[in-house]
Amino acid sequence: MFVYADHAATTKIRPCALRAYEAAAQETYANPSSLHSAGQRAKEILTACREDIARALNADPREIYFTSGGSESDNQAILSAAHAGARKGKKKLISTAIEHHAVLHTLEKLQREGFEVVLLPVGGNGIVDPASLEREIDENTALVSVMLANNEIGTIQPVEEIGAICKRHGVLFHTDAVQAVGHIPVDVKAIGCDYLALSAHKFGGPKGVGALYAKTGAPLSPLIEGGAQEKNKRAGTEDLPSIAGMTAALKESIADMGATSKLLRHLQDKLIAGLSAIPHCALNGDRERRLPGNTSFCFEGIEGESLLLLLDDAGICASSGSACTSGSLDPSHVLLAIGRVHDVAHGSLRLTLGEENTEADVDYMLEKIPEVVAYLRSFSPVWRDLQQGKRAYIL
Amino acid sequence: MSLYSEKVMDHFRHPRNVGIIEDADGVGEVGNAKCGDIMKMYIKVKDGILTDVKFETFGCGSAIASSSMATEMIKGKPLSEALTLTNKAVTEALGGLPAYKLHCSVLAEEAVQAAVLDYYKRNNIPYDEADFKCALCAHAHDHDGEGGES
Repeated sequence: MFVYADHAATTKIRPCALRAYEAAAQETYANPSSLHSAGQRAKEILTACREDIARALNADPREIYFTSGGSESDNQAILSAAHAGARKGKKKLISTAIEHHAVLHTLEKLQREGFEVVLLPVGGNGIVDPASLEREIDENTALVSVMLANNEIGTIQPVEEIGAICKRHGVLFHTDAVQAVGHIPVDVKAIGCDYLALSAHKFGGPKGVGALYAKTGAPLSPLIEGGAQEKNKRAGTEDLPSIAGMTAALKESIADMGATSKLLRHLQDKLIAGLSAIPHCALNGDRERRLPGNTSFCFEGIEGESLLLLLDDAGICASSGSACTSGSLDPSHVLLAIGRVHDVAHGSLRLTLGEENTEADVDYMLEKIPEVVAYLRSFSPVWRDLQQGKRAYIL
Repeated sequence: MSLYSEKVMDHFRHPRNVGIIEDADGVGEVGNAKCGDIMKMYIKVKDGILTDVKFETFGCGSAIASSSMATEMIKGKPLSEALTLTNKAVTEALGGLPAYKLHCSVLAEEAVQAAVLDYYKRNNIPYDEADFKCALCAHAHDHDGEGGES
């Protein structure tokens, strides 16, 4: 049996996206900047894609910029807003402790340039408190950046409330919506954001392509110089096949969203209920306000990488926030931020499902995961100490 | 997964000498749960020979494989020879480890030394501290000082 349960890492490309990709690569392969009719035909497709992406987000096509993906979009939005703020003497940036590294590392870079960066804590449920965010906003604040949904624990942030706060204070608001777009409804006007980042491969589109929504009037400076593409904001010949693939994938994701969410919520309920029966474990992130595909747990007394390797042997592709899977000494910053101590954060497991997963997949995972957890605990000195009362259970 | 060599995966999937020795003559525990690795080594000693070795490990694939390999390399050997086991030898026997996993083999070396040291101490056997530089400096290796409690 093979179960792919790592859709938050990346997804299989949708057949409709592959067809759109192929058509653009084989038929409308000309450069959209070329004057000849073949180029103009490519430009028409590019324009149509921009309109479709804009419609999907309730934005204006002039507010959509195609990029290489979520990381580039996050980088460009944050750097643009920060540097525009600095020109007016505003050098404070507010974000959260659970952002993706595309946001955190960009903020760290700005901090080294002299910006003040405030990372708000989140509650044990993984949700940021809008009131404490509002208290941090002052006249020096250039930007607030809060992700729409978390990649590790799936929690959905109160972005509409945060958007309203930012609007009230006249502060730019960026949201990293990489995990949300194509999975839950995303409306830039309802959120009230100035920037929104998305990535195609998270919703069945090609890898290496994404988009940045930048509201009309929001400062935007290029990361890449060298041409007039994307209204001078992103040089380089447009990757039309990928853009066409992304557009097809997003349209289909949105069309199927109702049915997919229903299936994923059902599988999630079953997975959470089943895994909760394992002794001394805990669900990470809010039980209700989470992406339908995300199930994240910590199991006490075991380490995540060995869990992943054994699940892989059983044909299950999953992920973990343990230190050993990150190549660093510390476990996931997200798990630490929701109050999981190191000892249990190392024993985390993330299962992220997609529309192709079935009830049988979940049954199989619920058969294998408890087995593997019990096996690893059987020779874990930590588990032995816990069982003998030499160490207190945390979960 | 091709992250690890076949040898590492073999020892990870089928660890040798797993478990505990109830009436062990020496027990050594190194690492800490905060860092994500704890190794516990149990030894039986007769006439200066390691007649039995068992281990328990909380940790990643390479930590489990390193423990398993270390027990296999010292079982049946004289204590003096067990003390010469190096992390390099464990790593080589495993067919190599990714650079950021080398500390797992260091833990295995430390666990062996810690168990032998415990045996010496229990039996009031004089020992040369130079033979236990790893086990004695284990506190410098664990990461209690980093990051603080969260």
